[in-house]
Amino acid sequence: MKVDEIPEKLAKKESELRYAFLEQVKAIPGGEKIKACIQCGTCTGSCPVSYTMDISPRELIALFRAGDMATIMNSRTIWICASCYSCQTRCPSGIKITDIVYALKRTAMEKNYLSGKAKHVQILANLFIQNLMSYGRLHEGTLIRKFYTKTSIGKLFKMIPLGRIMYKKNRVAILPKKIKAYESLSNIIKKAQEIELRIAKERLEYSPEFVGYKGLGEMQLESRKGE
Amino acid sequence: MKYAYYPGCSLEKTQRGYDESVREIFKILDQELVEIDDWNCCGATIYMSVKETVSLAVSSRNLALAEKMNMEILAPCSSCYTVLSKTNRILNSIPEMHKDVNEALSEAGLSYSGKTKIRHPLDVLMNDVGIETIISKIKKNLNGLKIAPYYGCQIVRPEKGFDDFENPILLDQMFKKCGAEIIYYPMKVRCCGGMLMTTFEETALKLNKELLSCAVENGAEAIVTTCPLCHFNLEAYQGKINELYNTNCNIPILYFTQLLGIALGIDGKKLGIDGSFIPMTQKISSLMEVQYA
Repeated sequence: MKVDEIPEKLAKKESELRYAFLEQVKAIPGGEKIKACIQCGTCTGSCPVSYTMDISPRELIALFRAGDMATIMNSRTIWICASCYSCQTRCPSGIKITDIVYALKRTAMEKNYLSGKAKHVQILANLFIQNLMSYGRLHEGTLIRKFYTKTSIGKLFKMIPLGRIMYKKNRVAILPKKIKAYESLSNIIKKAQEIELRIAKERLEYSPEFVGYKGLGEMQLESRKGE
Repeated sequence: MKYAYYPGCSLEKTQRGYDESVREIFKILDQELVEIDDWNCCGATIYMSVKETVSLAVSSRNLALAEKMNMEILAPCSSCYTVLSKTNRILNSIPEMHKDVNEALSEAGLSYSGKTKIRHPLDVLMNDVGIETIISKIKKNLNGLKIAPYYGCQIVRPEKGFDDFENPILLDQMFKKCGAEIIYYPMKVRCCGGMLMTTFEETALKLNKELLSCAVENGAEAIVTTCPLCHFNLEAYQGKINELYNTNCNIPILYFTQLLGIALGIDGKKLGIDGSFIPMTQKISSLMEVQYA
């Protein structure tokens, strides 16, 4: 049996998740190599935080193959990845695992799977974007203050002693600084957001019969076979 | 050589020591840094992982500005280095993305070909300037100072760059030549957790505890870093780690450019060493002849 044929009939929800995810994978140079996983577990063994994951990196790919995207979407794993790329550089099949995790994160955000700590990651990402949109550069003080105000006010107070030391050592920018070309940067961002919406809209026209890895570029699969 | 300097947000103030020391040593080694006028945030890993087109467009603005200057970018922050390089890789391998990004950039009258090269100061110092030139300007022998060379993740991964994935050696070579003793440090490319310190604090503290205790147990007198995030995590959380794990870490964390600056005879204050949270040991202070508490 060929891998492409395994998930014959999928629930609509599963099919939609797979479709959204695979569209993200297409945007990764070499993303199609996900098909070549041999389940060796080198990724899990290389990951410095796998001990605290509910699903190991190897299992992410196994679950994807088995047609269980929902379990992946609800996992802690995709949010705790710190982007160290150890798995990716060691993978004997050349799978871009860290980038795959990014694709899973984006899919989860798009489809609103945000339980527990995932919410915090999303809050941090959104505040980061807001910060960038308002100044053009990151103002760490504003980011951290807003993040802890939204997630844990207690932790904000616990940050005060560190803030004091930093201030004493002349390592705190009290006020954020706007870049000169702030207007043109926000125009770039607005346009890019429009493009992103356009891409997302195109993505929604998925086919319900969509199965397996199809759509990930048969040509690239051919070239792998020829390697 | 002339480089388009991209300090990145954290080097502006929080990690001013990195910025100050990079500028100082490049001056002494006769390399010109021209700061990219009005650069913006690269988007950093967190942004890259959640909004693709937007983050590519944001980081490309800097690449487009540098392209106009016709120079290679010098990016000391590992995260900027990786994000800018990754943007290049994506734009050069997926034409639709390149088209989308240029469409966004055109809103600001910019366009980008995908050709700007991104360099890290460690790469430039060892491969362009060359260790022989550096050695010829050394004023102070580091006198057997025991250091743990910590490379972190993002200058050695994800793509094969200027050093090895698993066992990079450029920092080791650089400081051995300056007279330091390089301790056995198997954690040299292990992750510090980066932004997990904000979202999954316990996990990040454990990672940093392992990095610190490995260095201390192997006799290091300082950890030498290449990344602002690693630097901050290792430096600012030692007290918390000691409390949590009942350890006794109090080890100075230095940017590799700061330690190289000391060897080049530059004043510690000019290298931003006065901004360190951890007091310098007597040995390091005597190399600088000034005590920074």
